[in-house]
Amino acid sequence: MIAVSSAMRPSLAVWKFTSCDGCQLSLLDCEDELLALAGAVRIAHFTEMSKAIAPGPYDISLVEGSITTPDDEERIKAVRASSKYLVTIGACATSGGIQALCNFTEPGSYARTVYAHPEFLSSLDTSTPVSSHVSVDYELHGCPIDRGQLLEVLLAFLAGRRPVIAGHSVCQECKARATVCLLVENATACLGPVTRAGCGALCPSLGRGCFGCFGPSDTANVPSLRARLGANGATDGQVSRLLATFNVAAPKFRAREEGVTP
Amino acid sequence: MTFAESFVVDVDGLDALVQVLIQRGYETKGPTVHDGAVVPGPITGVREFPRGVRDEQAPGRYRLGKGDERLFAWAVGPGSWKADFFPANQVEWRAHTSEGALSFAEVGTASTPLAIIGARPCELAAIEVFDRVLGEGAHPDPRYVTRRDTCFMVVVECAVPAGTCFCSSMGTGPDVKSGFDIALSELSDADGHRFLARAGSSHGADVLAAIPHALASELDLRARLESLEHAEASMGRHLETEGLAELLARNIEHPRWSDVAERCLSCANCTMVCPTCFCSDVLDISELSGALERRRVWSSCFDLDHSYLHGGAVRSSTSSRYRQWMTHKLSTWWDQFDTSGCVGCGRCVTWCPVSIDITEEVEAIVRTDGAARVTVPTSRSDS
Ligand code: SF4
Ligand code: SF4
Ligand code: SF4
Ligand code: SF4
Repeated sequence: MIAVSSAMRPSLAVWKFTSCDGCQLSLLDCEDELLALAGAVRIAHFTEMSKAIAPGPYDISLVEGSITTPDDEERIKAVRASSKYLVTIGACATSGGIQALCNFTEPGSYARTVYAHPEFLSSLDTSTPVSSHVSVDYELHGCPIDRGQLLEVLLAFLAGRRPVIAGHSVCQECKARATVCLLVENATACLGPVTRAGCGALCPSLGRGCFGCFGPSDTANVPSLRARLGANGATDGQVSRLLATFNVAAPKFRAREEGVTP
Repeated sequence: MTFAESFVVDVDGLDALVQVLIQRGYETKGPTVHDGAVVPGPITGVREFPRGVRDEQAPGRYRLGKGDERLFAWAVGPGSWKADFFPANQVEWRAHTSEGALSFAEVGTASTPLAIIGARPCELAAIEVFDRVLGEGAHPDPRYVTRRDTCFMVVVECAVPAGTCFCSSMGTGPDVKSGFDIALSELSDADGHRFLARAGSSHGADVLAAIPHALASELDLRARLESLEHAEASMGRHLETEGLAELLARNIEHPRWSDVAERCLSCANCTMVCPTCFCSDVLDISELSGALERRRVWSSCFDLDHSYLHGGAVRSSTSSRYRQWMTHKLSTWWDQFDTSGCVGCGRCVTWCPVSIDITEEVEAIVRTDGAARVTVPTSRSDS
């Protein structure tokens, strides 16, 4: 057990920006490992877990959420300044999240649809990933992130090694678990070939096409998959809609999303 | 009973064969229907075989439909026996750190011997390719060798090739000549539904002697040859292998590589389903408890990380990755292992989500042998 005295343990901070909290919850979800983790790092700032907040600087910061307000813009700079390593977690922090749908419509149109008095809001016209504002040391993808991958990032940080996290497609995980390909076997629209692995090909194993939670893989060729889904009978708009979810603003998924309306 | 003799076994006899192998302590596996495809699975008797099933295969397309009384009237599906000898995720060793000291634990090689009942000829050929990769050389994989040496192999010759099959081009089917314990040919004609059986090892002869069988007639032997001839004539694909290794070697700058890269998703499905693709990644996993583990997992030349050396990936473009894959299969495999890396099973063709067909890609290069590479403007990104 890597347990050292409190002063020697690296400090961990968890920050929330515009997001649903699901990703930071993954940390609390590490039930079996949580005590061991608390023995290896000093959890200095994690308001979802404790009101006790220790001042920075912090050795490692996990940042959840996208940047959507003027306040976010300032706060992320402060987080960066007080963090030795900054790791963004989840689709919101790494690509802007589903709220980045607003990037592709007239400014304020979503706010007017959702809120009775949008004039009380102070928000930016776009939802952008953390990396558009400050330098990021590592990006962990997923909506939500996989708790095993989160632990792996923290363990790699503690051991001073590179995280063992793949950048290849979901298809590779799908084949490794011997799932019969839905796209080939029954023409299901599946984003697996262009989506980053991480979930273990959860949806195809249950008979559903991949929705693209982990964003584009390292080598995603979206135009080619578009052509195939089109040949299977999907309209261009349907494919655009399929891509316009949690990672709508990821450059490789975005290419043709300008026309998508709420 | 001599090896040269052929016997006739009926469907109940096949069931008896499974039972004998179970009694002799084998883990029995064979083709089964699962999630709409024929895939390897556990077999406890003939009832699990894909009886009455036909497949329809084309580039990027696979459908199962209704067939006749036969159990083996289909061609290979997405799963291959590779996974049994070269698991997708295998622990190589374990260790533990405690107070700064490292202690290693052995991961044993022992496993229940495997009996495969119903491998196709191209699948046996693929395992024989694998033998050269993992079973021979200076550092054979001990777990591979144990699993392979203790394996009992029943091969069923092919009567109904799929639209993506080209084993006859590669010399790996539809018949089987050696490397099996028992070879079967399924016959279904006026003389009834039966199997022609041959032993290929003393072990196979011994098992065959233990199940109900009769000596085959001239008619049975002729029926097998006719079935094979018919299979050979209905191969869905063809690949001209004469001079192919050299052809690809002199066309590494051919414009077709960029053309296929426009379509290729770099998704790695082709390498995952290929029964001879052996690339792996070695992962070191450390846990908070101090436990360490080294794992070997399937990898692919279509992964960007697979060619990652200091500072970046060597094969950063899809054209270079596809070229690596195809030229390895059909050309440099000869230099490395003195055999083709492709056995003509057609899996990569059927299971490519965007229907890329290795035989068609070869054909395109054959037609324009020596075509100069199109100059790519320097501003264009290379991925
Ligand atoms: S089902 Fe989807 S994720 Fe799985 S191999 Fe097919 S395309 Fe890829
Ligand atoms: S939608 Fe795709 S990435 Fe998300 S959980 Fe399902 S298979 Fe995984
Ligand atoms: S390259 Fe394709 S056809 Fe050849 S053995 Fe591999 S999967 Fe089968
Ligand atoms: S050839 Fe087909 S299966 Fe292979 S990586 Fe390219 S798109 Fe995927």
